[in-house]
Amino acid sequence: MGFFGKMLEGIRKTKDNLSKKLYYAFSARALDDEFYDSLEEALLAGDVGVAASTEIVDDLRNRVYERRIKKPDDAKELLKEILVESVEYEVEPYSYPLVVLLSGVNGVGKTTAIGKLARLFTEQGKSVVVAAADTFRAAASEQLEVWGKRAGVRVVRHNEGADPAAVVFDAISSAKAKGTDVILVDTAGRLHNKKNLMEELKKICRVVERELPEADFRKFLVLDATTGQNGVQQAEVFSEAIDLDGIILTKLDGTAKGGVVMAISVELELPVLYVGVGEKIDDLIPFDAHDFVDALV
Amino acid sequence: MSVFENLADRMNHIFSKLRNKGKLTELEIKQAMREIRVALLEADVNYAVVKDFVAAVSEKALGEDILKSLTPAQQIVKIVNDELVALMGSTHRKLAVSDRPPTVYMMCGLQGAGKTTMCGKLALYLKKQGKKPLLVACDVYRPAAIQQLQIVGKKVGVEVYEAGQGDPVKIAAAGIAHALKNGFDPVIIDTAGRLHIDEKLMKELIDVKREVKPAEILLVVDSMTGQDAVTVADTFNKTLDVTGVIMTKLDGDTRGGAALSIRAVTGKPIKFSGTGEKPEDLEPFHPERMASRILGMGDVLTLIEKAEQAFSKEQAEKLQKKLRENTFTLEDYLEQLDSVKKMGGLGSMMQLVPGLAGKMGKQEIDEEKIMRSKVIIQSMTPKERRNPDIIKGSRRKRIAQGSGTSIQEVNQLLKQFEMTRAMMSRMQKGGMKGLRGMKGMPPGGFPF
Ligand SMILES: Nc1nc2c(ncn2[C@@H]2O[C@H](COP(=O)(O)OP(=O)(O)OP(=O)(O)O)[C@@H](O)[C@H]2O)c(=O)[nH]1
Ligand SMILES: [Mg+2]
Repeated sequence: MGFFGKMLEGIRKTKDNLSKKLYYAFSARALDDEFYDSLEEALLAGDVGVAASTEIVDDLRNRVYERRIKKPDDAKELLKEILVESVEYEVEPYSYPLVVLLSGVNGVGKTTAIGKLARLFTEQGKSVVVAAADTFRAAASEQLEVWGKRAGVRVVRHNEGADPAAVVFDAISSAKAKGTDVILVDTAGRLHNKKNLMEELKKICRVVERELPEADFRKFLVLDATTGQNGVQQAEVFSEAIDLDGIILTKLDGTAKGGVVMAISVELELPVLYVGVGEKIDDLIPFDAHDFVDALV
Repeated sequence: MSVFENLADRMNHIFSKLRNKGKLTELEIKQAMREIRVALLEADVNYAVVKDFVAAVSEKALGEDILKSLTPAQQIVKIVNDELVALMGSTHRKLAVSDRPPTVYMMCGLQGAGKTTMCGKLALYLKKQGKKPLLVACDVYRPAAIQQLQIVGKKVGVEVYEAGQGDPVKIAAAGIAHALKNGFDPVIIDTAGRLHIDEKLMKELIDVKREVKPAEILLVVDSMTGQDAVTVADTFNKTLDVTGVIMTKLDGDTRGGAALSIRAVTGKPIKFSGTGEKPEDLEPFHPERMASRILGMGDVLTLIEKAEQAFSKEQAEKLQKKLRENTFTLEDYLEQLDSVKKMGGLGSMMQLVPGLAGKMGKQEIDEEKIMRSKVIIQSMTPKERRNPDIIKGSRRKRIAQGSGTSIQEVNQLLKQFEMTRAMMSRMQKGGMKGLRGMKGMPPGGFPF
């Protein structure tokens, strides 16, 4: 089943979901205040946040007025247009050697996403090595090794409590020696308000930049689709610390639809690159703005 | 994010122009209600819960006394706060204990909520009460979940029962048998994270429940969860009839509105909160603290507690006297800096300060700055410390050189000292309680 199919399945299972509310909003007969209010409510219910919802609704109002739109159905198309615009980005294709570092708060799905990414790259014929730079959480390396086995890639690990930057250093040395295309770096979950942990993350990035300056280095934030408005702070603070290149939105197979990426998009130019739609190794799919919005509206 | 970090700020802004009028119109109250709505939504309280809540508060606020009140902003914030506390259940609720041992606690929740870590914390908490807990590993799906529980168990010195990746229902039953035979009580069962819409896995939980007859089924929820928290909690509750909720990762800067939504929708008490990655980072849940956190007003009560621990009584009395007599000097300021360090450093404290909660991370606050401030003060002569007014151009230069800092830094420190003195004197007017009415921090950030 493709991304869209899985999303639809999730939606069908939900009683109280955003698309249903939007459906009701759009079944209103006139484009009056009540219509816009219910629209705003629907966006709020999808974690889009107050500021972004207001902005989107105002934008829609203006365009409806400019284009003299009268029918709710046409307004719906317009809304989609606005939503797609706000999450669609041009992304530079990867070049190799490539280093992909995943960061994020605790439990969002970083390690699982590393396993899935390893599969995506090996399927494209790339050689992959994984750096187990979460040396903090209990059994984190063991977890990653299971994923390494599933994807058939090597995992460089140290003992619990070791310096994560040293793990990355070793993974890079190994990649250099073997001419590996892709280095995937799993990091420990950290709350963005913990200054010392953010410093540790910066240090890891410095090691990559120093040891492999010629590499294409992408830093992604892994974000759980159930996250509320705190996701905006996460994106801001992680961006500030390590200059993120994008987001991986996980757990979209649940009933939350990840609307917070709309709120993030209002403040930061941060594209969503992939979405996680399950716990199996193939459950990572390149992000498609149209599919995402279709699942929302 | 809004310009106003907390509800009190928003209210004050709305009402500031009306101060002298002393009386509010219905329209102005309505405007205030809109701000309350925004504050709650930004805190991730579910929009439907917000709707009901604002309606209830409006009714109260439109009552006579508020309209006539001289301090309507504070009045309204108080109403909102009281209503929130009431909604979340006013007292801390203890864990149930079975008549027949062993007492079984079963954990459940979405993937990544923090169940395994919480199992370890709970085990330690119960062990500290003189009990002999057993952890049972029923997450047979996630790679290395069993190892994780084993490591966590070892860290807190609690035995872990595991039987590999078999049938969770059988493992749970065997775990209980093991506990009975070896005198373990209570038993904590770790289960795999699962989606509430995963029928097969939800059924598995029902089966485990039937098998082990838990005294408590605890739903573990990430405090950063957004609007979907109600759907998740409602489904888990309807499927399993959970007995309580645990909020995790509250050491982050989330406002944690999910707590309110969950409580409103399930009616089940929130029993604990997780506040860090270490096994001892577990706190009984305090509804009143959560209320002010959701409103962005910081956890004033915790701050007061911490402050009380850090300052001795004499110290506090001495300080009050100095403030009263306006003889607070740089020497005293130096002492303050040490106290702040004792309070667990600025990082943990800032979180709790009204007006700063939620701003963490954006603001550059670091321990190093405290150290530099200390060095600057230590480079002053005793006379200068007691009488900062005499520190002019040439003295500033000397102090900067002596402390290896710049004149700007010395200037900054002196300015901060002045702000602190002003803030302190405001605080002491109402004792420590004066903090409660405090309207955020002086401009330019926290004065250290
Ligand atoms: N349903 C669903 N579950 C997911 C998805 N991605 C990850 N998970 C689950 O979420 C849980 C946490 O995933 P991890 O990969 O361990 O998360 P992490 O960010 O590495 O966690 P820490 O390293 O502990 O911070 C696991 O149970 C995963 O199986 C997804 O897309 N959908
Ligand atoms: Mg991990």
